Amino acid sequence: MSITLRLAWRNLWRHPRRTWLTLGAMVFSNVLLVFMISLQVGMYGLMIENTLQVFTGSLQVQAPGYKDDGKMRQVVDNVVPLASDLRKELGIEAVSPRALAFALASSDDRSFGMQIVGVDADREPLVSSVPGLITDGRYLAAGDTEAIVIGRVMARNLKVSVGDELTLIGSGLDGSFAAAVVRVEGIFDSGVADFDRGIAYLPLPFFQDMFYMEGAGHQIVVSTETLSAVDNVATETRNLLADESSLVVHDWDALQPGLKQAIQADISSAFFMYAILVILVAFSVLNTQLMSVLERTREFGVVMALGVSPGNMGKLVLVETGIMGLLGLAAGALAGAAFTYWFTVYGFTYPGMEEMAAEFNLPARVFPEVTPLSLLVGPLAVFVFTLIAAAYPALRLHWLQPVQAMRAA
Amino acid sequence: MNVLRVVIMLAWRNLWRNHRRTLIMIGAVTVGVWAMVFMTALMRGMVSDMMQDGVRNLPGHVQVHDPRFRDDPSVVNLISVPDSDIAERFDSAGIERWSSRVNVPAVISSERESRGVTLVGIDPGRDDALTGLSSTITAGRYLEGTDDTGLVVGARLLDRLDTELGKRVVLMSQDPDNEIADRGFRIVGVYEAKLEAQEEGAVYAGKATVTTMLGIPDRVTEIAVMGDDYRNVDPIYAQVAATVNDDLEVLRWTEIATYLGSMLNVMDGFVLVWFVVIFLALSFGLVNTLVMAVFERVREIGLMLALGMGPLVIVLQVIVESLLLLVIGLALGSLVGWLTVLPFEDGMDLSVVAEGMEMYGMSSVLYPELTLDDVLLANVVVLTLGFLASLSPAWRASRYEPMEALRKV
Repeated sequence: MSITLRLAWRNLWRHPRRTWLTLGAMVFSNVLLVFMISLQVGMYGLMIENTLQVFTGSLQVQAPGYKDDGKMRQVVDNVVPLASDLRKELGIEAVSPRALAFALASSDDRSFGMQIVGVDADREPLVSSVPGLITDGRYLAAGDTEAIVIGRVMARNLKVSVGDELTLIGSGLDGSFAAAVVRVEGIFDSGVADFDRGIAYLPLPFFQDMFYMEGAGHQIVVSTETLSAVDNVATETRNLLADESSLVVHDWDALQPGLKQAIQADISSAFFMYAILVILVAFSVLNTQLMSVLERTREFGVVMALGVSPGNMGKLVLVETGIMGLLGLAAGALAGAAFTYWFTVYGFTYPGMEEMAAEFNLPARVFPEVTPLSLLVGPLAVFVFTLIAAAYPALRLHWLQPVQAMRAA
Repeated sequence: MNVLRVVIMLAWRNLWRNHRRTLIMIGAVTVGVWAMVFMTALMRGMVSDMMQDGVRNLPGHVQVHDPRFRDDPSVVNLISVPDSDIAERFDSAGIERWSSRVNVPAVISSERESRGVTLVGIDPGRDDALTGLSSTITAGRYLEGTDDTGLVVGARLLDRLDTELGKRVVLMSQDPDNEIADRGFRIVGVYEAKLEAQEEGAVYAGKATVTTMLGIPDRVTEIAVMGDDYRNVDPIYAQVAATVNDDLEVLRWTEIATYLGSMLNVMDGFVLVWFVVIFLALSFGLVNTLVMAVFERVREIGLMLALGMGPLVIVLQVIVESLLLLVIGLALGSLVGWLTVLPFEDGMDLSVVAEGMEMYGMSSVLYPELTLDDVLLANVVVLTLGFLASLSPAWRASRYEPMEALRKV
């Protein structure tokens, strides 16, 4: 052990209470940082997954302009063969064609407008969680014709149950009158009232007949296994469609711009809070180290007179701070991990969270996700600012006059 | 009294014996308090903006419906009292800002596109006092009377329908016997709303025109009432509840928009937690400062004790020293907080994350809201907790044995 290290270690414990209190400030902030960052990581992951897996998927092929205008005539021609080509070329099973239209649905007592989605019954379960959320009846199956699957709220509002008939009225691709009578085969419950009130599923071939689509659709949805794979798959898809100039590829970020921005807005306000915590710790360290240097003015004067350079003494102060910082980092990360781990098992919630979380497709209880990143980012920032805070006390030593210093009280 | 004056004077002088330490600590308190005040002003601004928009969109602080209407928003579930009686009753009850409206789901079709919307039949004059719709008209005109046959639509909906001002559209809904009720409307006005969903979702027409179309003369589906303050709706709630029949459902806005309602409560909790967290981060430094200040003065304290000063006076002195420091920091922090909010009085532009803010139900310009209550709360929290944190060092200081303390170096 070098002499600097040994000296630094001993100096640190000259006032154990002071060192403990400063460490306490670090550990307190670190625990909070680890917990909150882990909570954010967990929440954002859920927010993205829950939002995308219900309907959007990871990326979609559409006609240019459809994303913003959503007009009936902005179509993808020959959507089914194109989807199966993509499936083959990309080597991804989760590729599903869709067509969308608006219609008025009437039961015996009620009429409501809703978004009708024509889907490939076999492929849709691979890109959307809705087929797995059926509470009554069944989801669409290949070969179904006059079948419809609706949401729980819509079923309640229309006062229908499985087996009842609905009349659909809308307008076809060419603007002509489109109508059909369909049978309710299944009812899904996604938990999001707007979705359960607004969307219904028809088999794609039947949809195409009813709305005179002539083989066209509006979206080809692709789901990748992980979010990180989206960029590659999107590029690949763009290359495959290079000669189909009439089509564009949008990733989830473009399809749900609100999602990423909501996360960004949340990150920036959280960042402000974290910065304040870190700065307050830095103040604590600055105070402690400055006191510790001032107390030792005489001592520093003596060693300086004996020929130790101010640089070496500054190094000693920095090593002291470094040791303290590392202790804080290790203890903070450990305590933070332990504290957060409890919540990864039992979940985190607060009064009123249920209503708030529902707005973002989140469950009422969030489970933080402890990753190396969430564990180390906060404590490392505290460590760096700890060292920065010690710079002033360390640099002060350069202005020290040995003779005066030795005379200091 | 005299003792107190001496104690305060001593405390004040003691503070400046080690001016660096005191200044650093005051700096830390200032930054902490600034963060409390500034962050809270931003959050309050955001929330109150959301609330006001929310109340305008609902609209009203209190709404009256048939008890079945909210779950089954159909023209079947009408308010049991004729519209003309409602006017009479509300006027004689002395309620000023109210509007009875017809609010039904409908399908709107242009030549090319169909969409699901909410068709709202209003008395333009009355309704404007609640929604301020007339001031958001960007093209064409606002409605002129209950029998106006024109339609006011959102700018985004106009886009989506691929139509324009002056063109005709068809609205389809159902009458109480579930026969399709439809009518052609000419688009006479276009409005813009802060939230896209609102702009795309609601279309407005004259109330008499809509009741005729739906075959429900002199009937409405909801009554919206505005009180004086969205934070305190109980008075107006009681007044409305006393005015309408018992078979109707009277709801506060917090019960209708549960997300916003719980947001309001969660905010109050969050503000307090934020204050306490910041204080805790500060407290380590504060206690540290006091411990060091006492430690340096052990001999002096011993002398004071030996000369007959009571231990309580010593306790008092350390506490006063700590409170003086906090008061200076609080004053500076509150002042700086106020000064940093000032430049944003005209709003803080957040349009970079506009769509994300919309997901939270917020608009992209933020008006910070600095309230006296919050500033006072910050001060009270810091002083109370500061007092508690000073107790331990103060107690220790008073427990020294005078002789031992005098002998200490």
